[in-house]
Amino acid sequence: MSLGAILMLIFGSVILYGGLGICLRIAMKNN
Amino acid sequence: MSAENNDAQWGSRLGFILAAVGSAVGLGNIWRFSYMVYDNGGGAYLIPYFFALLTAGIPLLILEFSFGHKMRGSAPFSFARMGKKWEWLGWWPSLVSFVITTYYAVIIGWSLNYIVYSFGRVWGKNPESFFYKSHLNLSSGISEIGGINWTILLGVAAVWFINYIILYKGIEEGIEKASKIFMPLLAVFMLIITIRGITLPGALAGVNKFLEPDFSALLDVKIWLAAYGQIFFTLSVGFAIMITYSSYLPKDSDIVNNAFITALANCGFSFIVGIGVFGILGYMATETGQPISEVVTQGIGLAFIAFPKAINLLPGFQTLFAIIFFLGLTIAGFSSSISLIEAFVASVRDKFDIERKKAVSYVCLAGFVGSLIFTTGAGLYFLDIVDHFVNQFGIALVGLIECIILGWVYKANKLRNYANPLSDFQIGNWWDIMIRFITPVILGYMFIQNTILEISKPYGGYEMSALLKFGWGVAAIMLILGIVVSFTSWTGRKEELLSREVL
Repeated sequence: MSLGAILMLIFGSVILYGGLGICLRIAMKNN
Repeated sequence: MSAENNDAQWGSRLGFILAAVGSAVGLGNIWRFSYMVYDNGGGAYLIPYFFALLTAGIPLLILEFSFGHKMRGSAPFSFARMGKKWEWLGWWPSLVSFVITTYYAVIIGWSLNYIVYSFGRVWGKNPESFFYKSHLNLSSGISEIGGINWTILLGVAAVWFINYIILYKGIEEGIEKASKIFMPLLAVFMLIITIRGITLPGALAGVNKFLEPDFSALLDVKIWLAAYGQIFFTLSVGFAIMITYSSYLPKDSDIVNNAFITALANCGFSFIVGIGVFGILGYMATETGQPISEVVTQGIGLAFIAFPKAINLLPGFQTLFAIIFFLGLTIAGFSSSISLIEAFVASVRDKFDIERKKAVSYVCLAGFVGSLIFTTGAGLYFLDIVDHFVNQFGIALVGLIECIILGWVYKANKLRNYANPLSDFQIGNWWDIMIRFITPVILGYMFIQNTILEISKPYGGYEMSALLKFGWGVAAIMLILGIVVSFTSWTGRKEELLSREVL
C-alpha cells in the first residue's frame, strides 16, 4: 500500500472510530 | 410511558441508538460507499465526506431528533403540531418511505434467495447470466412486464412476514429487540468479511486503489456535491424515520450526542466494509489477471454478480463465506426496512387513531401488494426508475424544504434551545447556520442541477413515457397524496393533542 493510502486509512479511522469512542465515553459517563 | 405519545417508548438509550444506526446502515453502506470513495478521488474523498458529515449530516440528524422528540409523534403529527398547514411535509416523506419499502423488500428478498443459492453456489460459473436470466428472468424492456417470478415472490413474502412480525410486536418488544440482535450480528458478519477480504492475496492492492488519495480531485465541485449527496442519503434523514424514532425517546433523553453516535457509527460501518469490499475486489483482480478498474462495481452488480464471482474464486469455505455475506446484506436490509415501514405506520396510527396491530397489518399487506410489480420480469426496470426518482425528487427535496421550514419558519434556535439542556454536550450558533444556510444551499443547488440533468438527458436511457409514469409520476403522486391526506381531519387522542400549544 502506498504511503498516501496508509495515511488516509489512519485519518479515516481516527475521525470515525476516535470520534465514536469519545461520544460513547461521554454517553456512558452521563448515564 | 409518556402521557402524550401513543403507547410506545424505547426501553433503553442503547436500543434507540441501535435502531437508529440500523435504519441508517442499509444496503448502500455495503454496496455504494466504497465505490463512491474509489470514483471520487480515493482517500482524498474522505475530506469532503467528513466535511459534509459535520456541516450537513449531523446537523440534519440533530434537527430531526429534536423536532420529533419535542413534538412527540410521527412526521405528519409533528409538522401538524407546528402548524396545520405544514402537515403535508410530514406525509410526503412518510409516503415516500412506504414506496421505498415496496422495492427495498424485493432486494432483501433477492438476498434471502441468494442465501439459499449459496448452498452449492447455484449461480455457477457465470453469476451475471444467472442473476439476470435465471434469477430475475429479466424481460427485454420495461414495456414487456412478463409474469411474476415465483422464487422472488416467495422471498418477498418472507420479507414482508418478518417485517410484519417485528413491527406487530411494537417498539420495545419488536424494533428494539430486533435491532439488538441484528446490529451486533451485522457487525460480526461484516468484520468476518473484511478480515477474510484483506487477508486474501492481492487484497492490499485493492485497498490501495480504494484509499490512495488524488488530492487534485478536491478542486472539482462535483466531488464535494457527491460527498454531500452521499452523507444525506446514508443517514436516513428526510424519510420521516428519525422524527418518528426520536418521538419514542423518553422526555429527558439526550439529542445531540445520540445524533453524533448514530452518524459516526453509520459512517464507521461503511468505512470498514469498504476496506473489505476492495480487499475482495483486489483479490478478484489478481486471480483473473484484470486491472482493478475492470472488476470494480457498485450496487446490485456488486452484491449479486461481483461477490458471487469473487466467492467462486476463494480458496476455501466458499459456501460459508457466501452465506455470511448474504445474511449480512439481508440483516442490513431488514434493519432499514423496519424503520421505513414504522415511519408510515406511525403516521397512519396518529392520523386515524388505529391500534398498532391493525395499522401494521394493513400497511404490510398493502406493501406486499405494492411489491408484486417488482417481482415481474420487468421488475428491475421499475425498481431502477422508482428508486432514482423518489430519492432525487422525494427525499432530497424533503430535506431541503425541511431545512427551510424548520430553520426559518419554526426557527432553528428554538430547536437548539430545546436540544441543548437535554444533551450530553451542547451545540452552538454554528448549528443554526448549517440548518438555515449551508445545508439548504447545497441541497438546493443539487436539486436544480439534478432537475436540469434529468430534463436534458432522460435517466438510464429509458423511454420518456416510462419515466413520466414510474419516475416523475410516482414522485409527484406522493407529494399530491400527502397534500390531500393533510386536508382530512384528525381523529382520536392526537386530535386533542394538536390543539395544545407547543412551547
